[in-house]
Amino acid sequence: MATSTPAADGRTGRTTDPALRAPVARPGSRLLHRLVWLRLGLLLSAPLAWMLLIYVVALAALLITSLWSVDSLSSEIDRTWTLDNFRTLVENQVYRDVTVRTIGVALAVTVIDVAIALPIAFYMAKVASPRLRRMLVVAVLTPLWASYLVKVFAWRVVLSEGGPAEWSGLGSPGYGLTAVVITQAYIWLPYVILPVFAALERVPDSLLEAAGDLGANSGMVLRSVVLPLLVPGILAGGIFAFSLTMGDYITVNIVGGANQMLGNLVFVNAGAANNLPLAAAIAMIPIVVMVVLLAAIRRTGALENL
Amino acid sequence: MKPTHWRGRVTMACLSVLAVSVLAGCGSDEDKETDAVEELGEMEGQVSILAWPGYVEDGSNDPKVDWVTAFEKDTGCEVTSKVYGTSDEALNLAKTGDYDVIAASGDLSLRLIASDEAQEVNTDLVPNYENVFDFLKDSEWNTVDGVNYGVPHGYGANLLMYNEKNFDSAPTSWGAVFDTEELERNKGKVTAYDSPIYIADAALYLMKTQPDLGIENPYALDEEQLDAAVALLKEQRKYVGEYWSDYLKEIQAFETGDSVVGTTWQVIKNNIKNADVQVTLPTEGATAWNDTWMLSSQSENPNCAYAWMDYILTPKANAQATEYFGEAPNSPAACEETADPNHCETFHAGDEEYAEQLWFWRTPIKECLDGRTDVECTDYAQWTQAWTEIKG
Repeated sequence: MATSTPAADGRTGRTTDPALRAPVARPGSRLLHRLVWLRLGLLLSAPLAWMLLIYVVALAALLITSLWSVDSLSSEIDRTWTLDNFRTLVENQVYRDVTVRTIGVALAVTVIDVAIALPIAFYMAKVASPRLRRMLVVAVLTPLWASYLVKVFAWRVVLSEGGPAEWSGLGSPGYGLTAVVITQAYIWLPYVILPVFAALERVPDSLLEAAGDLGANSGMVLRSVVLPLLVPGILAGGIFAFSLTMGDYITVNIVGGANQMLGNLVFVNAGAANNLPLAAAIAMIPIVVMVVLLAAIRRTGALENL
Repeated sequence: MKPTHWRGRVTMACLSVLAVSVLAGCGSDEDKETDAVEELGEMEGQVSILAWPGYVEDGSNDPKVDWVTAFEKDTGCEVTSKVYGTSDEALNLAKTGDYDVIAASGDLSLRLIASDEAQEVNTDLVPNYENVFDFLKDSEWNTVDGVNYGVPHGYGANLLMYNEKNFDSAPTSWGAVFDTEELERNKGKVTAYDSPIYIADAALYLMKTQPDLGIENPYALDEEQLDAAVALLKEQRKYVGEYWSDYLKEIQAFETGDSVVGTTWQVIKNNIKNADVQVTLPTEGATAWNDTWMLSSQSENPNCAYAWMDYILTPKANAQATEYFGEAPNSPAACEETADPNHCETFHAGDEEYAEQLWFWRTPIKECLDGRTDVECTDYAQWTQAWTEIKG
């Protein structure tokens, strides 16, 4: 502001009140204006510090802890570097089995949620009247207000022997992996519907009409117009469902029967067996899986549309 | 491109160093006092207790079951309590230093002492200690090198619980949960305690049924014996509907019929409203617990803590607490205070011969607890690893 431009000259010509000019000449803002990096640094320092402390340092701490070991009797952490924990993970069949099981459950939940979310979101965005749409959005959001634990225990009751699932004549699969998939699919469904719904809302109706005018039948419109535009929404929802299921350990504890997932192994080692280093090493597995998955999705170019 | 790359690496290096130093700082010992106090001072007004469910009842679960309120009135110490489901969980909670008094079973007490979480207890300051059965005093799990780390609470066995409707005749053997033929009937409805210490239950069964394995003590297993126990549990796993560590979960599962047979505690049976559910002590004997009230080395309320330890050893309070949990009280005087006059007979309180049939929970360590010196035994870390593999 200190440099004179024609516009500034014109303004000074009209007003002579010094009070109005004072803020313009404030040295602090002049400095910030001149030094771009300082301005940027001050702007970003708070969120960056937050991000570093909460996110990066926590991850680094996790990695470092996984390289330690623990004394079995006193449970004190022994801070000498060792790869033993990772060797345990690689050499024992059980960790591979649990990893495969966890990925399997997460994939099943993702597929089921996307399959349910697509028609619901399509109906909400394209078919329902604005009034009904608002009600449907509220209906989708309502389960998020109830506690996670209440919902899972509700499913434990529903699926129990002689419980509502059996009265209704549908039959209950009993506690086990099927019950985990059903419960998790229910719990994460809103997180899939909402991004798909948001993506669908952005598809203009005129596009669908134009496709119809050009002779496409409804199946073709869905396949070659709507679906490609929906990919970012489906991906976002799918990543939510997949990653949230990957990390869950409570649902499988309550309705999973005797099964365990990666989250249980982390919980058992951190909470019960008091082997924090091994827990940290196990916690690296879902992180690696997510990184590989995101890298694979990025390769397809789908992330650029997000 | 290059400078940014370089800068990124420097940042990462700095962060790692920072993280290491932060983590290293956390581990240092804060104010741990493991030596016994000489004399007591004024009450602090509050005491925080970590215990098994059913040990610290203030009437909030059942208005008729309350021995905490009387203590609070007498001493002015406000009691806050937390319950735990497995000894492993309790070890972690105890390490936070949030608890003054801890009710620890034999598989926990030695670990608390080894990690300097327990403070020596001056039994002269606990007048009611002299009532306690002599065979419970200075046991291997509350005394180390002649130093006493806690006062006994009560003891009892891990029982076999079953639903009558699923059995032609009442089971009398742990075979009900380990023998394949027996298991076949209740496939998917068997339950077991979700902790590595449950391996000892399998070892006890093997001790009686396969003497050639040479198991002398279910907590002292060499590699070969542990493998046999693990194989038995892996076989059992095929029939298990779910494992329990949350006792409320087991109560619900037996009430609905999702579980029909498995290991349990008397207190769980007491809370089940399904009249078909029964418990029994199988002929092989059982694993058992013998709990100790311990004082945290990080305790901020040692005076109220001592007051609690003395109070819970009074015949009346001890009778109430042990009868509610379903275990033997710790003193002859307490036996006279129980609501059911036959309680002590039922639970064989003070019967040393009977107590020898019970295998009280211990922490398995490398030096064999049964005195063998020619082999190395498996320790708790190996049991934990084995337990993960059994569950699969």
